[in-house]
This record gives sequence, structure tokens and C-alpha cells, in this order.
Amino acid sequence: MPKIRDIAQICKSKNAGPFLVTIDILFEDPARYRAVKATGVINEALFARLYGVKESDVLLTPYDSANAFKATLPRLVPAGGIGDTDVYGAQQHAPLLDVEVPINL
Amino acid sequence: MKEYRLLSTSGILGYGYAEESLRIGMAREPHVIGADAGSTDPGPFYLGNGTSFTSRLAVKRDLRLMLIAARAAKIPCIIGTSGGAGGEPHLAWQAEIVREIAREEKLSFKMALIHAEPDREDLVARAEAGLTKPLANMPELDADRIRRAKRIVAMMGPEPFIKALDEGAEVILAGRSSDPAQWAAAAIRAGMQPAPSWYAGKMLECGAEPTTPKEPDCLLVTIRDDYLICEPPNPIRRCTPLSVANFALHENSSPIHHVEPGGLLDTSNVRFDIETERAVRVSGMSWTPRPYTVKLEGVELAGYRAITICGTRDPVLISQIDDYLDTHRAKVLAKAAAFGVSPDSYTMVVRTYGKDGVMAGWEPIKQITSHELGFVIEVVAQDQDTANAVIAMARTSMLHADFPERLCKEGNMAFPFSPSDIELGPMYQFSVFHTLAPKDPCELFPIEYETVRN
Repeated sequence: MPKIRDIAQICKSKNAGPFLVTIDILFEDPARYRAVKATGVINEALFARLYGVKESDVLLTPYDSANAFKATLPRLVPAGGIGDTDVYGAQQHAPLLDVEVPINL
Repeated sequence: MKEYRLLSTSGILGYGYAEESLRIGMAREPHVIGADAGSTDPGPFYLGNGTSFTSRLAVKRDLRLMLIAARAAKIPCIIGTSGGAGGEPHLAWQAEIVREIAREEKLSFKMALIHAEPDREDLVARAEAGLTKPLANMPELDADRIRRAKRIVAMMGPEPFIKALDEGAEVILAGRSSDPAQWAAAAIRAGMQPAPSWYAGKMLECGAEPTTPKEPDCLLVTIRDDYLICEPPNPIRRCTPLSVANFALHENSSPIHHVEPGGLLDTSNVRFDIETERAVRVSGMSWTPRPYTVKLEGVELAGYRAITICGTRDPVLISQIDDYLDTHRAKVLAKAAAFGVSPDSYTMVVRTYGKDGVMAGWEPIKQITSHELGFVIEVVAQDQDTANAVIAMARTSMLHADFPERLCKEGNMAFPFSPSDIELGPMYQFSVFHTLAPKDPCELFPIEYETVRN
């Protein structure tokens, strides 16, 4: 089964203000995006499981215009606070890369 | 067909751009040139400390070329969120660099400085009148929170820029401003529709980020009627639907609703279409006016910080690292208490690279597979002396604490630097993140005009 790292063109994270991190997955091919969306694999529960956050804290928006999924989570520590490990929030995407998506390539 | 062209030189003033990109961009005869100089992204320190996260040398280089080009073409040059954080010291720093360049290059122009650090007691009165609202789970804004902040800036919309342009300003340096506002202002003032003008601002705020290869450089946006076209001047880059869509998701919690001063930019039905091999047309956005609000950003002192950096290559230690760090914490606690520093007067955090140094509590992989581990130890205390004392004890305890089956009896850690302890000085934290409803979009942002003549 293909993984997100095999089928997406972009998978990235970044701050959305100092209190949130936003994670995007983009596909170049609209048909592939629609196929991934149809599997339902990319949902709030996936992010809750991968990041250990509450499902109700995940704001997930499929964005058809951009062939993209966007998930926004509250940061563990506000940017630059005591114990923060990633001030820009730019390295929080990796757990998604190995998520398997049941589509045919 | 009416069109309006805007040239952004880079995502952040001082990140650099190719001089050739500026030359090609200027040959397209833009109506305005500029750059956004700021962001909260580098964290709370710069707003609190009154300094820029970019260097003076790099900022001066970027600005010099822009000012020369803008004056030669007689178009306005606009800098948003001056000095990185847009407070009073940041704006003064930016203005001083501009005056210096003007002297060196014999440039003359009317300059506008738009201030964005509102009076504290005025803010208290507004908060007490119920005109502020918290964002992102912050508590309500009260007098105490406002007064204890080190610095609070308000984020301006397009109106102060429009006012400065109406007054004939040729160079505008703004304090804290909403990233797209400086661009939306110029386009809306020229009679373009708000929706594509705001969207153009979103594209321009980070220079060439909507391009591939994605690196700091220039971006040209052309607004026509109800759509816009994004194109990088630099021939090594191009805009593709993917590169533009990627940037459309940038730094926002929602890809479809963008709350801006005075309205909501709705991008649910946006289309990204190929215009040419190197340009993308974006259409389908809409703008709905809303009651006017501006965002407030503020930071307060959280303490004073010191850090130390070290690493281990010892497999016996790596195999029991969690227990070792517990032992280490207990030793630091006891020894600090012995010299009179109680456990509740400081916070110590150990980041372990090779384990979970990047993702901390979000790291799903628990097993360590690396042959070496790196550590950054952080101590925050109410004064620098205490932070320094505890970090010194944390450093020596990290080096010398005993552990079961220990072979490396002379020391557990490699320290790369002498001195090993690094004083980071004051530490700030975001304490104000609220909206404020002003009576007038310009009332919080006084404009000062200056004739620069050389």
C-alpha cells in the first residue's frame, strides 16, 4: 500500500501564529487528491492518534481548490516558550509520511 | 482593461534577493515596490527586546537597491512591519537605515513613518470598555496584563498606508502591519477590487515563496478586474498551480477563511490556472466586509535563560538515558538547593537530540537507534545569576554523574565549546494575542512625515 511520502508532492508543517501548528499535504494531480480524499484515511482521528492530541482539537479542512488537506493543532508549548523545541513549527510533519493510503497507483 | 502591478522583493527584508530579479521586475513597470520586514515566527524575543531578527548589513543591502529603483521609477516603496516586529525601536532602527542610505545615494523623498505601538493607558481604557477579545484561548485582556507587558503592538490594516499615500509619501515605513495590508492598500487605492487586492497581498507577503524553486527572491503580481497573475521575475523560477496552491496554505489555520482588518477573504472557490509556462492566474476569491478589528500582539518577561550544549557517544549511557536524566535532575535539584536555590525558583528542560529533541511530546517513535545523542539543557530563572548558577551545576552534573555499568569514568559528555555555558539573557513569552475594535482604522496608527533631502 502506498504511503503519503510516495504519493504527495508536499507535506509540511509551520506555525499559524504562536499558539497553533498547521500541517499541509498537497497533491499535484487532482485525481489522486480525490482518490485519497475518498478513502477517508486523512481525518481528525488520524492526527489525534499520530500526535496524541484530542480529536476535537484538530481543525481539518480538505481544500479542493489546492488539492490539499490542512490540519491545525494547538502547539504543545507556545512558540519560544520554556521547553519549546521548534520555534517555527517547521519540523512536525514527519509522522504523516509513513501513513498508508489504500489507493491504486 | 485596468491592471495594477506590484513587486515584492523578498519574504522578509534582509533575507536577500537576486539583483537581476529586481532589474527584470522593474522593467515590467510595477506601480509599487516593497517588502514585508516582519513576522512573529522567530518567536517572542525580538518584540520584547526591541531588536530585529535580521542583520543591519543584510537589511541595508536589500533596502538600498529597492530605494534606488523606486526613486528612479518614481513609484512608492513600502516596508511593512519594520525592523521585524514593528514596535517603536524597530521602526526607529529601520528609519535610521533608510536615512543613511539616502545620504549615501543622494536620494530625496517624502517619508512616512506609521507608528503601531499604542499608548498603554489608552489600551487599558479600551480593554475596560469591552473593546478587546481574546484569541487562541488567551485570557481576557485586563489592565494588569497590559501594564506588565514589555511591548504591545497593534497590527494595522490598509487604511494607514492609504492615508500616507494620499499625503504624497514616497517611502513608507510601517510598524506592525497585517502582512497583506501594505499591498492591498496600494491596489485598493488605485481602484482595484478588494478581493483580488487582498489575495495579491497574501501572495506578495513572502516574495518568491509561491514559486519553484522556492527561495527568497522577488515576485511580481498583476491584478486585473477580479483575478491576479503571479510570476517571478527571476528566469530560474516559475509559478505553477502547485507552487501557488502550496503558498496559499501558508501559516493560516484555515485555508478557506482569512480574517483581515475590516473583512473576511473567502478562498473556498479559488482556482489556480496556468497562465503561461511561468505564471499562474488565481481567481474566484471573495471579500465580505466585517466589523473592523485589529490584532494586538504583546510579550512579557518570562525570566532569564542560560543553556549548555553537549553530547554522548557512550552506548552504555545511551541504553539507560531516561534513568540517567532522572538521576541528573535529582542531583541538580539537591545541589542547587544546597547553594540556596529552591526547585520552584527555576525551570530546567533537557532536550535530547537523537531521541525526541525535535518533536518532544509529539514524537511517536520511542526507540533510540542512534549511536550518539545530543543535549541542549535550558534553565530559566527569575534572574540571570540564578539561571547561570543552575546551568553550571547542570553542566557539571551531566559530565560527572555516575550510572550503572559505567566505563567512561572521566566524563559522560563531550562539550563542544569553552565557555560551555551560554547566557541567553531575558526571555519573553507571548502574553497579548487579542483583537481590538477601533472606532477608526487609523486612530491607533499615528503617521509622522519627514522630508529626506540630499
